[in-house]
Amino acid sequence: MQVPILKQGGVLIATIQAALSDADLLDLRTALVQQVVRYRSSGVIVDVTAMDVMDSFASRTLLEISHMIRLRGAATVIVGIQPEVAFAMVQLGLTLEDIPTALDLEEGLEYLQQKARSIN
Amino acid sequence: MQRDKNLLKEPAMQKNRPVELARNEPKMELLRELVAHLRQNRTLLREEWVARIAEAQLLTAMTQEEIFAEATSVYDSYVAALETGTFEALQAYARNLSERIIPRGVETHEVVGIVLLLRDVLARSLFAKYQTDFEKLNRILDAYEPAANRIANTVAVGFVQERERVIRQQQEAIRELSTPVLQVRERLLILPIIGVIDPQRARQLTEQLLRGIRTNRAKVVVIDITGVAAMDVTVANHLVQTVEASRLLGATVIVTGLSPEIAQTLVTIGVDLGKMNTVGDLQGGIEQAERLLGYKVATLS
Repeated sequence: MQVPILKQGGVLIATIQAALSDADLLDLRTALVQQVVRYRSSGVIVDVTAMDVMDSFASRTLLEISHMIRLRGAATVIVGIQPEVAFAMVQLGLTLEDIPTALDLEEGLEYLQQKARSIN
Repeated sequence: MQRDKNLLKEPAMQKNRPVELARNEPKMELLRELVAHLRQNRTLLREEWVARIAEAQLLTAMTQEEIFAEATSVYDSYVAALETGTFEALQAYARNLSERIIPRGVETHEVVGIVLLLRDVLARSLFAKYQTDFEKLNRILDAYEPAANRIANTVAVGFVQERERVIRQQQEAIRELSTPVLQVRERLLILPIIGVIDPQRARQLTEQLLRGIRTNRAKVVVIDITGVAAMDVTVANHLVQTVEASRLLGATVIVTGLSPEIAQTLVTIGVDLGKMNTVGDLQGGIEQAERLLGYKVATLS
C-alpha cells in the first residue's frame, strides 16, 4: 500500500493509513527523500496515528528517513504516536532519539513553523 | 473410642461400604436427637450464650439488644446447619453478618470467639443431659463435634473472606485516587506522586500520564516526586521509560523533587542524564515549564 504524500506550503505530509509492509516503508523513504528537494520543502511530517504497532524495522526506517532528510537540508517530525505504542516502543528500546516528535499534525506543523521562524 | 473398637472387630475381608452405612445410620439419628434437644432448650441456651459473650467482653462495639438479636439468628442457623448437614445457608448468613459488623469494627478474634463459645455452651448442655449415660454421651459428641467444628470453620472463613474483599476494594480505591494528573495551565500538566511506588502503581501511573497528555494536548509535564522517599531499580527504570514515552508523544517531562536516595538510584542504573530534565523543587519545575511554553509571570504594578 502506497502512502500518499501531500504538499502543504513548505511542508510535506505523509500520512500512514494502515499497517505497512517493510517494502512499503522503504518506498515511503525513497519517495520522501526524493520529493523533499524536488518541492524545495523545509520540513517533513510523518503521521503515524493509524499505526497501532511499531516494530524495530519501522522505527529504524523512521530514524533513517529523518537522518536522510536532514542531510537533504530539511527537518522531520513524527506525529501521532499512540500512548500504548509509545510505551511499548520505549520498552523495546526504540526511543527514536534525536527525532522531534509531536502530538498530532497540528502540533507538528506548528513545530516546523516555529523552527522556520527562528532561522529567519 | 467406641468406633475404633468396632473397626478393629470387623474382619479384614469385609468391605468398607456396609460398615460406613451401619455407622452413618445411627449417627443421623443421634443428630436428630441432638437437634431436638437444642430446639427444646433454645431460649435457655441462647441466654446462656449471650451471658458468656458479655462475660468474655466480646462484641463490645454492639449493644446488648443487637447481640441478642444476632445471637438468635446465629443460633437458629447453627441448629439448621446441624440438622441439614448443608452449610450454604450458614455461609450466606455469615457473609451477610460480616458485611454488617465489619464496618463497626468487629474483629476476627471476636467472631471466632463467639462461635467457639456457642460450641462450648452446647457441648456443656450435652454433658449435663447425658451425664448418666457415658456411652451415649460419647456417641452424641462423635456426631456433634465434626459438625460443630465445620460450622465454626465456615463462619470464620466467611468473615475473613468478607474482610479481604473489603480490603481489596479499598486498595483499588486508593490506587485510583493516588495518581491524579492535573492541568495547571493550558498545555501544562502536573503529576504529583506521593507514597510508595510499586511496579503495578508505576504502570498505572504511566498509563494515566500518557493518556492525560493526549486528552489535554499537553506540551510540558512536571512529575513531582517530593513525596516519594525511595524507589527501587525497576521503578526508577520505569520512570525513565515514562519520560521517553512522553517525549514520543511530543511532550517534555520535567522531574522535580528528587531525593538524594533516588538520585543515587538513578546514577547507579546509569540513566542518560541528557534525556532527563530535572529541577530541584516543584516551584522551579513549574517556572521552567512556563518558560518552555513561553509564559512570563510578572507582578502587577
